[in-house]
Amino acid sequence: MLSRPVFPAAAFAAAIITLASTTGAAFAQKKYDTGATDTEIKIGNIMPYSGPASAYGVIGKTEAAYFNKINAEGGINGRKITFISYDDGYSPPKAVEQARKLVESDEVLLIFNPLGTPSNTAIQKYMNARKVPQLFVATGATKWNDPKDFPWTMGWQPSYQSEARIYAKYLMKEAPNARISVLYQNDDFGKDYLKGLKDGLGAKASMIIAEESYETSEPTIDNHIVKLRASGADAFISITTPKFAAQAIKKLAEIEWRPLHIVSNVSASVGSVIKPAGFENSQGVLSAAYAKDGADPQWDNDPGMKKFFAFLEKYDPEANKLDGSVVYGYGAAQTMVKVLQLCGDNLTRENVMKQAASLKNFAPDTLLPGVSINTSPTDFAPIEQLQMMRFKGEKWDLFGDIISGELSN
Amino acid sequence: MELFTNQILAGIATGAIYACMALAVVMIYQAIDHLNFAQGEMAMFSTFISWQLMQWGVPYWGAFLLTLVFSFAGGIAIERLLFKPLAKAPILTNVAGFIALFAIINSVAGLIWDFTIKQYPTPFGSSPFLGSQLISTHQAGMIGVTVLLLIALYFFFQFTRIGLAMRAAASLPESARLVGINTSWMIALGWGMAAAIGSIAGMLIAPVVFLEPNMMGGVLIYGFAAAVLGGLTSPFGAVIGGFLVGIFENLAGTYIPGVGNELKLPIALALIVTVLVVKPAGLFGRPIVKRV
Amino acid sequence: MSAVQETASDAPAVEAVPKRAMTLGTGTSLVVLALLIAAPLFVKNFVIFQMTMLLVYGLAVLALNILTGGSGQFSLGQSAFYAVGAYTSAILMEHFGMNYALTLPVAGLICFVFGFLFGQPALRLSGVYLALATFALATAMPQLLKLGYFEHWTGGVQGLVVTKPDAPFGLPISQDMWLYYFTLVITIAIYIFSVNLLKSRSGRAFMAIRDNEIAASAMGIDVALYKTLAFGVSAGITGVAGGLGAIAVQFVAPDGYTITLAISLFLGMVVGGVGWLPGSIIGSAFIIFVPNIAEGISKGLSGAVFGVILFLVIFLVPHGARQVAMVAQHMLGKLKKR
Repeated sequence: MLSRPVFPAAAFAAAIITLASTTGAAFAQKKYDTGATDTEIKIGNIMPYSGPASAYGVIGKTEAAYFNKINAEGGINGRKITFISYDDGYSPPKAVEQARKLVESDEVLLIFNPLGTPSNTAIQKYMNARKVPQLFVATGATKWNDPKDFPWTMGWQPSYQSEARIYAKYLMKEAPNARISVLYQNDDFGKDYLKGLKDGLGAKASMIIAEESYETSEPTIDNHIVKLRASGADAFISITTPKFAAQAIKKLAEIEWRPLHIVSNVSASVGSVIKPAGFENSQGVLSAAYAKDGADPQWDNDPGMKKFFAFLEKYDPEANKLDGSVVYGYGAAQTMVKVLQLCGDNLTRENVMKQAASLKNFAPDTLLPGVSINTSPTDFAPIEQLQMMRFKGEKWDLFGDIISGELSN
Repeated sequence: MELFTNQILAGIATGAIYACMALAVVMIYQAIDHLNFAQGEMAMFSTFISWQLMQWGVPYWGAFLLTLVFSFAGGIAIERLLFKPLAKAPILTNVAGFIALFAIINSVAGLIWDFTIKQYPTPFGSSPFLGSQLISTHQAGMIGVTVLLLIALYFFFQFTRIGLAMRAAASLPESARLVGINTSWMIALGWGMAAAIGSIAGMLIAPVVFLEPNMMGGVLIYGFAAAVLGGLTSPFGAVIGGFLVGIFENLAGTYIPGVGNELKLPIALALIVTVLVVKPAGLFGRPIVKRV
Repeated sequence: MSAVQETASDAPAVEAVPKRAMTLGTGTSLVVLALLIAAPLFVKNFVIFQMTMLLVYGLAVLALNILTGGSGQFSLGQSAFYAVGAYTSAILMEHFGMNYALTLPVAGLICFVFGFLFGQPALRLSGVYLALATFALATAMPQLLKLGYFEHWTGGVQGLVVTKPDAPFGLPISQDMWLYYFTLVITIAIYIFSVNLLKSRSGRAFMAIRDNEIAASAMGIDVALYKTLAFGVSAGITGVAGGLGAIAVQFVAPDGYTITLAISLFLGMVVGGVGWLPGSIIGSAFIIFVPNIAEGISKGLSGAVFGVILFLVIFLVPHGARQVAMVAQHMLGKLKKR
């Protein structure tokens, strides 16, 4: 133990040192949580690289390539990103295992853009209990905007319900006497959308005269279309994922049914849906967008998209730039980088969430002009704006104003 | 009443897909007494090959024929390399082998051609068939080809020497060997033919469902169900089974209130199981005699 | 056109496991047990979680072993029973506030009845037809779980979040460790029960049915009773496994109980050795860890790598881990003689 004469001196010295290190050196002070050091930031990610949703695995690949680019350009404030991405096969128990592995074994700072509503629901409680950011989750489910109950979970893309409400508003304005038929996927995506549509129509929900759900295990949805047509509807809302959206467009043309056709943003990609379905079959189809489409020639000279194409050429040449998922991955990764940059040398998990919740008018290269990311401690929905568009010729024609699909929770 | 006929017609249209696949399933069952889980993936891979050939400029029918040859050879190769060594192993081990093959083919296809859907051409066009807005010319063509295949298979098995040899090798291998039939090569031949039929099924189905690595998953289940319903020993039964499954599924979805739509597949399968309980060898299958 | 007549003196579809090779020897058993008890003390919580899942899937594979290896009935539908067990536990815990430990016997019992009832129509089916029927069950289950009618209880497509229990009596161990030991005790109990079942009269009846159903029936065995009993027992154990799995993962959703799970359990049984109960845990390790290894080797081709590894395993040891154990035993026997 310290002898008496030394003790006060030691205490005094300790006080001086503590004082010196706290005053005037706030910007030089580095604070880290597990996963961040002077030279490295570890980011975790969970994607379905196998299984029924493997089409979305390309998002993870794009993000990995983007972080490679950032590292090649010097990293974030001098730190390199180590991006660790695991496959959960779209199975919630596997997602839990991978999340625990990332947090407890790989010791990442945060988990970024994990994909799938079931997987994210499975890990949400764990992430919040552990106080590890579950940031910019790759699903449009509405429930991620809940900072009160889940302060460590934040979404990114516009929620399905807010998109559906925009369509509802459009229908009530432009086609108030429409008889609406709906084809929806029988999972969280489809049901969330349908709810948004019905909520948006409110008292006029009776405009929906026919609803058909389908399972992803069905080879084709052709017979659902036949049934919906038989209902006498003149509007058709397609709450479908790419393959089925394309089937629907094709079948509609085959049976020569021309209702007012709205397709969900998830399936609005020219390269993944419209082109295979046939341009001539897709004339007049409506949708909404928040990001630019890589297949759309109107963005060829857009500065943001030029950067995107340059990135693809150098870091991800095998990628299919017509695939909406690739554009998505780029935008999300860019947002992540922005947040980490804002953290500076304070790379605690708390600060990561704080910076993520204070984005103001941030516009990644790939979002539509006029759409930007805004968050606040009570608003955990980064992108809420969409613009409607109509397919004409070989591309989407944006029209109308940028609409906010903000929900009054 | 109109809805009823519409649903039946639509069911026949989807049923054609199942019937096609069911033929391939029955083919392999004839050869090896088992259902090959990887049948669908092999068909998908063959379809991708033909797509790739067309991307490289080969015209449709050229690609079609090349793919048939490739699939036939591929089927034989897979059997010789992967499953002949497992011939002495227990059956369940062989099934595990089929599952492994499924995983490999699916994964490789995903890597080579990625998961975005691709349009696949049809030689029959896509306009309404005979003015009907429920069946397109392509779907009519699909039914036509399936029936043709069926007839061809029937002649093959009933009237050609090789066909007869295959039947002998499958039903009574010991006796077949005694009369000089090379049973081992008969199995290989069966695999080759099943792969070729599967590739035709794939190339017919792709225009409707769009080409992508996961396109055959659902189809295979229905193909199995249809084959079992019709009787695994009867190609004719398989085709009828396919149409029946398609029709029944549609009717169930339309007329069973509440859950009919959400439980289409389980209801279809439940029907098949019920039929099996009554007629264990399927509708047109030859009953199996068990002797001690 | 294929086998117009099956001669039942042909090799049965499921081969018999010689009785003395059915379980591990006493020495080996004790070593394995010691490992299972001691291991959690030295590893991180995450690994303990993985070990818990190892036991859980091991139980499910064990159940399948009793059904297929024991009574010769082929099943691709275990995921359905697993799901029912999982949801039973989840619903009882979350909607009725039942203690987690009590939910397990309930889950087991419900699944036993369910399996027994399913076994009835399955009586007339065998081989590939039974496979299709169980396959139908497995594909139906996620869709049933999503049904609007049940949504209030099951949470529909969103699933249910389950609360993980703390160690009782305020013991100073983590939730994961407590759950692991809890699962271990249950697993050992069920394992001992299963071994005794297979050695008992019922077990012999199962195996007689497996080897030659007609002969068994001719000798007076109530084939219908024992076949449905086998289904019931197998389903019951799978249900308990499902319940434990739900508690360990803390979440149940239809997407977690698809046909992929049923196929994985089947693969686990084959790799472990059909009918060899101790192999269940090896099979379980295969289906949990090999996909991770495959992913580590190649993300884009993880499925292909897994398939290749699986092929290698079945080429080298077509009879599964049991074959490895027999070879090892044989060599040990030789050594002892020296």
